[in-house]
Amino acid sequence: MRPFSYQRATAPDMAVQALSAAAAVNNSLTQATAQPLAGGTTLIDLMKLDVMRPAAIVDINPLAQGWSAIDPGGENLRLGALAKMSDVAAHEEIQRSYPVIANSLKLAASAQLRNMATLGGNVMQRTRCSYFRDVSYENCNKRNPGSGCAAMDGVNRMHAVLGTSDQCIATYPGDFAQALIALDATVELTGRSGTRSMPFSELHKAPGNTPDIETILQPGELISAFVVPGRWPRSVYLKARDRQSYEFALSSAAVALDVQDGTIKDARVALGGVATVPWRAREAEALLKGQKFDDGLAERAADAAFADARGRQHNSFKIALGKRVVARALQQAVTMEI
Amino acid sequence: MNAAAPEPKANMGQPVPRYDAAAKVTGRATYGSDMPMDNPAYAFLVTSAIARGRINGFDLDDARRVRGVIDIVTYENAPKLKEAKLFSNGGYAGTTIQPLKSTDIAHEGEIIAVVVAESYEAAREAANRVKVSYTAVAPSASFDSPGTTKAAAKGQNAQFKEDPQVGDFAKAFDEAEVKLTASYDTPTQHHNPMELFSTSCVWMGDDLVIYEPSQYVYGLKNGVAEQLGIDADKVRVVNPYVGGGFGSRGSMTPRTAIIAGIARRLNRPIKLVPTRDQGFTIATYRAETRHEIKLGASRDGRLVALRHEGAEVSSRADAYCVGGTKTTTRLYACPNVDSLVSIVRADRNTPGFMRSPPEVPYLFALESAMDELAVKLNMDPVELRRINDTTNEPIGGKPYTSRSLMACFDEAAKAFGWSERSAAPKSMSDGDWLIGYGCAATCYPTQMAPSAARVRLQRDGRTRVEIAGHEIGTGAYTVIAQTASERLGVPLEKVAVFIGDSDLPPAPVAGGSNSTASTCSAVMMVCDQIRQKLFKAVMPNESLTDKAKETVGLGQAPTTQAAKSDRPLDLEKAFDALGAGVVEEYGEWKPDGAPLDSFKAMHSGHARLVGGHQMKDKIAYAFGAEFVEVRVNRFTHEIRAPRLVGAFAAGRIMNPRTARSQLMGGLIWGMSSALLEATEIDERTARYVNDNFADYLVPVNADVGGVEVILLSEQDDHINPTGAKGLGELANVGTNAAICNAIYHATGQRIRKLPVRLENIEV
Repeated sequence: MRPFSYQRATAPDMAVQALSAAAAVNNSLTQATAQPLAGGTTLIDLMKLDVMRPAAIVDINPLAQGWSAIDPGGENLRLGALAKMSDVAAHEEIQRSYPVIANSLKLAASAQLRNMATLGGNVMQRTRCSYFRDVSYENCNKRNPGSGCAAMDGVNRMHAVLGTSDQCIATYPGDFAQALIALDATVELTGRSGTRSMPFSELHKAPGNTPDIETILQPGELISAFVVPGRWPRSVYLKARDRQSYEFALSSAAVALDVQDGTIKDARVALGGVATVPWRAREAEALLKGQKFDDGLAERAADAAFADARGRQHNSFKIALGKRVVARALQQAVTMEI
Repeated sequence: MNAAAPEPKANMGQPVPRYDAAAKVTGRATYGSDMPMDNPAYAFLVTSAIARGRINGFDLDDARRVRGVIDIVTYENAPKLKEAKLFSNGGYAGTTIQPLKSTDIAHEGEIIAVVVAESYEAAREAANRVKVSYTAVAPSASFDSPGTTKAAAKGQNAQFKEDPQVGDFAKAFDEAEVKLTASYDTPTQHHNPMELFSTSCVWMGDDLVIYEPSQYVYGLKNGVAEQLGIDADKVRVVNPYVGGGFGSRGSMTPRTAIIAGIARRLNRPIKLVPTRDQGFTIATYRAETRHEIKLGASRDGRLVALRHEGAEVSSRADAYCVGGTKTTTRLYACPNVDSLVSIVRADRNTPGFMRSPPEVPYLFALESAMDELAVKLNMDPVELRRINDTTNEPIGGKPYTSRSLMACFDEAAKAFGWSERSAAPKSMSDGDWLIGYGCAATCYPTQMAPSAARVRLQRDGRTRVEIAGHEIGTGAYTVIAQTASERLGVPLEKVAVFIGDSDLPPAPVAGGSNSTASTCSAVMMVCDQIRQKLFKAVMPNESLTDKAKETVGLGQAPTTQAAKSDRPLDLEKAFDALGAGVVEEYGEWKPDGAPLDSFKAMHSGHARLVGGHQMKDKIAYAFGAEFVEVRVNRFTHEIRAPRLVGAFAAGRIMNPRTARSQLMGGLIWGMSSALLEATEIDERTARYVNDNFADYLVPVNADVGGVEVILLSEQDDHINPTGAKGLGELANVGTNAAICNAIYHATGQRIRKLPVRLENIEV
């Protein structure tokens, strides 16, 4: 960890200004000289590991009063970016109308982390790639652009099979983002020119040739809220992992269905643990829509979800596993009592 | 888990609560880096990013500019230290690779610089700013890497004396009615004790005090003195509590003498708290192993031929090996046995002891193979063990001092509900989960080593016991206090125990599960010296003194017929007769068969362990049987082990409460070893990749369901005065095999490589 200045932002524009002032000229905000601090569960870790070296920390926790509301009251669900993971997971109406959201949060991290971590920080959580998190490895295009990728032919059991490039195969590690992307959520951003909204699916950028650029956030911009349209009581988050708690997904599926008279009117499928960014499986959804459900359909949808997957030495198993997880999540969603 | 302490059965002590329980749960217990120091400087390590090659040079400009940096030590200016000899060659060290000596790099994560600063934060920041230029050479990472060398362990490791064999294996195997040949692999594992590998060194003139979690304060004291070239009497190692050891702190690591040397040069106390990932390379680990087992049996299940070939990875510098064939060739009755252990040298740090070093990998192979043989014979695996149970080990024909293996199987089977198992694979399930039952035997050698103790008894009954034993979480304080309390007949709460300090009378390494037997035997002996003194004072008549020997405790009524005529001793009267307020005795105890130089070695930090198969006319082991329920998800293939049941017999159980905790932890360790724990090695760079607690998986609460420990009564009068067999390393043996055997039962799939992960399951 290196010395840094610390500032508490008591109003959104103060935070935006503080972050903009010190923002990097390039787009790689993750390496920007100023970083916002919410729960700190990723940032502080990475600072201790010397992976992130901000010169300025802007503590946005004082904004919680305005930015932590959990409001399922209207037509849409609105979640403040500073709401704690544990509070959202425990919210009765979220559990009832959005089980996929509640469970994606409940199955993430540990109770202690969920009590600290915020939703906004959660979607910004950085990859767990061991080579990224250890600065003694020179080759990491994400950390050190142009240096190569040590994971490509290294120990890559946890790495991605979807959305990869020849520059980076690091997995997006979170769970909650899969629920958001499946449910067509909107993310609300607060920046220098006020507030703007965009589909959550546009927030993260696949690695391509610039794995160091992870989101479209502009200098000084903060996530202030998420908005989820509609209600999805028939939804499931299924997570396969090495241990029963406090562990990242080897493969997960966020599934939401609207089934009427045995026919799937609408289907949402997103994949976790297998892709470089929160991953919507639109091909699978297209196969499901308008169909009567059976196990064969679930398997075809799962195959479609992984049609473009490419495994490497230690992670090829994720393709077969991911398909079984998707199929099982669909079965669970169809049969769940609502 | 909130079960009451087990009721003691025959030949068990009282389940008294831990002596140090309150101190630990309230945070009063002080660990090495908690020790207050006057004006310490803080050290932070820089470790090598390559596994093989050399350092071209350092750029330290950036690092030196960090405010508060005092010194940066590299090979160019490191304190000169004498070479450290390996413990197995009569030294104290767990590795002979001495960092900071030259530009050469022998393994990844080798210490290449030490930054010393006014604060931990400044030292860490400066360490992050140290730039190193290397010339890397392609390293050999493990078994299959080009450039490794393989040779028999015998002849290169002084402690591996023989490849056990008897009869004519080749002929018997050739002629056997039923044969099995199978290969098994176990992974690299790291101990990851909760307390990091910290070291603090404080010089007062020519005297050095070291605060460090150590499982052998006398070994460390003597080892560091030797490296520094000073008299061992000038060095004191203090660690009243050790935050877990698991073998990682049994031998000296290079860091201690380095920090001591720097502290001497700077004339200032230095505190080093390395990071979790540095612990993977600055200490030892359990190396990966490979096995081939050949079993030949008659159709009725009697073993006629057994061969165990094992291979283990070690460093280029040191021929460490665990050589578990000493146990696996002796566990079952079999007239024709052969074995071979080899060592494969790679560009790695030197491996070392890790909880049940030989038995964990080697019994995984044997106990998996026994299960495979039972399947071939269409026989209940418990019955296969019964058929091959024996009272004498087959290699030398020596009798086991006691062996309750089958009693353990029967008790554990009953508690587990083994009879409800439907024997066919894939025949039991519950919703999404396939269910499998599996079992395996466990055993661990009973070992003892010379130990000394000092005991002081006051006329008001207050007692002070001093012994340089180690509290590594096992309950050492508690059983030592119980032993003194029982022997002297004073209330437990009047006994104060002082351990973890090399200024106290020497005790052996807290390793090989010898501590309780060794330290408590010494304490018993010294308590008896006190009793004799007091009895003599009130009963000058010799014959009465003889009777007094047979009383249990000073304040208790005599229990034997011969002594019954005497009344219990009145402590006050005895002290009056003696004309003193305090009796203090020092004594040195050694087990039968200990070598002649035992006591000398004890003082110089060499533990002469005896026991196991190395006893003259007998062989001593503790035994157990473990049963597990495994669940495999049909869809995700996730594997969970919600139920672990073990029954254990280990001679006298000194304290059923602490024993149960040890065994419970062992069962969980064993499950972890089967399903979770593996250090991943990057084949190209020979580096440990998952060197942190998030990626090196150990079970969390949710992974641990029911854990049941059954303690069997067993009396063994042929091992040591306490009658106790070590059990700290008993329960985590065989669990790995039991789990794989259960996975076979659940899925029909035999898995011979650990850890078992969901991608290994094909249902």
